Amino acid sequence: MATASVATHDAAYDHHDHEHHDNFVTKYIFSTDHKMIAKQYLVSGIFWAVIGGFLSILFRLQLGFPDLNLEFLRPLLGGWIDEAGKLDPTFYLALVTMHGTIMVFFVLTAGLSGTFSNFLIPLQIGARDMASGFMNMLSYWMFFVSGVIMFISLFIKTGPAGGGWVVYPPLSALEQAIPGSGLGMTLWLVAMTFFIASSLLGGINYITTVINLRTKGMSFSRLPLTIWAFFLTAVIGLLSFPVLFSAALLLVFDRSFGTSFYLSDIYIGGEALPNTGGSPVLYQHLFWFLGHPEVYIVLLPALGITSEVIATNSRKPIFGYKAMIISMLGITILSFIVWAHHMFVSGMNPFLGSIFMFLTLIIAVPSAVKVFNYLTTLWRGNLIFTPAMLFSIGLVSFFISGGLTGIFLGNSAIDIQLHDTYFVVAHFHLVMGSASFFGMLAGVYHWFPKMFGRMMDARLGYVHFWLTFVGVYMVFFPMHYIGIAGFPRRYYSWTNFEFSNMYTDLNMFVSAAAIITFASQFIFVFNFFYSMYRGRKATQNPWRSNTLEWTTPVNPGHGNWPGEIPTVYRWPYDYSKPGAAEDFIPQTVPLSATPESNLPHEQEQVKLEMEIMKEESEVLAANGSNH
Amino acid sequence: MYGFLIAVGVLLLLSIIWMVYRIQSLVSVVKGSDKKIASGSNKVNAILFVLFLLGTGVLMFWYSIKEFHNYQLPIASEHGVVTDRLFWVTMAITGVVFIITHILLFIFPYKYQYKEDRKATFYPDNNKLEIIWTAVPGVVLAGLVISGWMAWSDITAPAPENAHVIEVMGYQFAWDVRYAGKDNVLGDHDYRLITPTNAAGVDFTDKNAVDDFPSPVVVIPKGEPVLFKIRARDVLHSVFAPHMRLKMDAVPGMPTRFWFVPTKTTAEMREELGNPDFNYEIACTEICGRGHNGMRKVIEVVEPEAYRKWFAEQQTFLQSNPALAAGYEAEVQELAEVQ
Repeated sequence: MATASVATHDAAYDHHDHEHHDNFVTKYIFSTDHKMIAKQYLVSGIFWAVIGGFLSILFRLQLGFPDLNLEFLRPLLGGWIDEAGKLDPTFYLALVTMHGTIMVFFVLTAGLSGTFSNFLIPLQIGARDMASGFMNMLSYWMFFVSGVIMFISLFIKTGPAGGGWVVYPPLSALEQAIPGSGLGMTLWLVAMTFFIASSLLGGINYITTVINLRTKGMSFSRLPLTIWAFFLTAVIGLLSFPVLFSAALLLVFDRSFGTSFYLSDIYIGGEALPNTGGSPVLYQHLFWFLGHPEVYIVLLPALGITSEVIATNSRKPIFGYKAMIISMLGITILSFIVWAHHMFVSGMNPFLGSIFMFLTLIIAVPSAVKVFNYLTTLWRGNLIFTPAMLFSIGLVSFFISGGLTGIFLGNSAIDIQLHDTYFVVAHFHLVMGSASFFGMLAGVYHWFPKMFGRMMDARLGYVHFWLTFVGVYMVFFPMHYIGIAGFPRRYYSWTNFEFSNMYTDLNMFVSAAAIITFASQFIFVFNFFYSMYRGRKATQNPWRSNTLEWTTPVNPGHGNWPGEIPTVYRWPYDYSKPGAAEDFIPQTVPLSATPESNLPHEQEQVKLEMEIMKEESEVLAANGSNH
Repeated sequence: MYGFLIAVGVLLLLSIIWMVYRIQSLVSVVKGSDKKIASGSNKVNAILFVLFLLGTGVLMFWYSIKEFHNYQLPIASEHGVVTDRLFWVTMAITGVVFIITHILLFIFPYKYQYKEDRKATFYPDNNKLEIIWTAVPGVVLAGLVISGWMAWSDITAPAPENAHVIEVMGYQFAWDVRYAGKDNVLGDHDYRLITPTNAAGVDFTDKNAVDDFPSPVVVIPKGEPVLFKIRARDVLHSVFAPHMRLKMDAVPGMPTRFWFVPTKTTAEMREELGNPDFNYEIACTEICGRGHNGMRKVIEVVEPEAYRKWFAEQQTFLQSNPALAAGYEAEVQELAEVQ
């Protein structure tokens, strides 16, 4: 194994020696370099986040200010604003649907995993690039095509898909039921097909790269938690996205070829349809078999990033490295067997409900362990509040708040009342939406210097953090009250009912907070693009971090390290080790070089390490004479 | 004109922000604060965490107490008392965890903010701690699950024999209500029989359908079990009666059900709330299209005697519209006479 990896490194190194002369197209567009693909994902993710956020502002205007004349939106929305200056209710549903689809898939799956798995896996495990650069490029361009199709669907005459982001049939199967289920839904399905293909191509690549291309010494027990998180995320995606694909495929059959997988006994638009024998609940099972793991697909990378950022900026090892890995493994496995907790009142057998309630509440345990480990990592640290650190602490807060409300919803008896109310909206926007979003922002602030060789402005970062952190709580915390009061989701207005004909003030407050929070994201957008060109030049290791990416040059070129790939001698969390002069020891520093700070069991490893190094130098010398 | 003025205002504001930003970054370069590991902002951020904790903590308690009577809907069913108790027990447990973890999360940043002369404590793991905080949540959650499971089993158990059977059918965008009549058995239905006058597609050749009758309002007796037989005829809907703590999806092609015992009549609830216009309502909680937010049905809970009186007065489908039996008059007639 050792000689094999040396050989591959040499091959890559030689390859690097033939200097590439990239033109604009191969460098920025059809690039196979993992760093450029990561940036492509990031910029696409930011674009989609702005679109997705904007859609939410449109429907929050309706919910918070139902009497407001929206005539000023006519230039943008055209016929979707009626003569009275009101938003069309069908389009409202389409907005909700597209907001969900865009945020879950395009921003928090592609934007988060796509960016950081691509960027960090080779850099943190010590690889020249991904296992397959071409597949990686294909993955991005599949995502791009998917995005283009989804974007087009926003502008068609019948409107985009409008059956909620879960697109439950029969609503999503029957054009008669809602206009968005016509061409809009077709485009949604086509776009998602491309998206799934993109995810799978990316995922296979991440898994292969982590397993095969780790540098010498980088055992699984020395991987940074980021890599563990990306690795497990890719595994989840690889196992669950195909099931979404099959769900979508059967839906396509029902829509276009007259099959009855999901349709039965339907009378609509004055006629009885011929379909019998199908089950809408079957779709829900298939959908949530992806849908629930999807929550962890967006959350785990954020947790991985946070682990890294919190350890670095606490100047302390992450507490319970092994426990963190075990809990992530636990979450990964359990995430596949909890899906039906989304379906307690779908009409499925109540016995299944009991089973899934047990399994669901088990998954809360590893999540709790993670929170306690984060808190203990902060305890007696020496905390530096970089913007990345602030967003990571914010993430932990959202993870707690949103995670705890999950205990209500995972309990089927309590879920009867709360299901499909604003309590659910509050729950998943905190634990999945905002937490993952904060993880993504933390990642951008933290690795921006590595991506662009410049620093983002810290003060703008602070302002951005505080406005967003307070803003997110002001948007989603009040929704708990609204939800406990029983307000259903996806309602255009609540005034038709006596029980929900209140809280106009609270909804107005939520909408105002949403607008402010959305607006403050432009501070970030400005900071991002401005710093890319005009930010202060970064140093090689600005956060004084241990992981491998900071041993590359400030602007790493193709192949990441100009010379030999560094060897790894220790785990990535040797911060503030007693006896060490500095408060960090990079992974590339051999144990034999730090006798003053080695722990007793490490002192024993020194001998082994010396032997390996001796052997290594002999191999290198032999290789050198061969040339 | 207004648009122009607003545009100018925004432009001015942006340029001021821009100037401030440039000035502060230049000042920081001159002061050399960018060279330091942790600048003065570190302290500010640390303090802001504590302020955030205090501010939002006060806001949360104040609002939760002040608005309690608004968001806590009165309960009007037997099982609702159980699920609400579970809800509040869970709230108490998670509330304590929420508060403690957040106090730690926001106090630590203040207490352990960066000091140049201090070194963080190297504390990589402690298996005893890990075991404790795996086991304790495990045990607490097990308690919650078991109590939830017991409640859930009771709620979803088969309805008592004597439950009043009422069919609630969802369609775009309303609910259709059918009573099982004197025999307390609903007649068969078939979606291919649906016509404008037979919205539920009732099969009137079935003898159980003869005494079925419609009602614009769901009238139910207090203190007696009621069984909703739920279905949909076009897309998914969901029956949600918030005061009854009742929710169940209406699925085309797959009948569902939910039974419960109402505990307070509409009149009693009106008195309790001091609101003479109060009504129990049914809403739809599964997205079903344009009119999703308008699928309202009123539930009227009355005393059992009043219910029986009302029940006896109702006209069956066939009585109010004999034309429904058109085509198979002979069979239906015969059935009616047998009864």
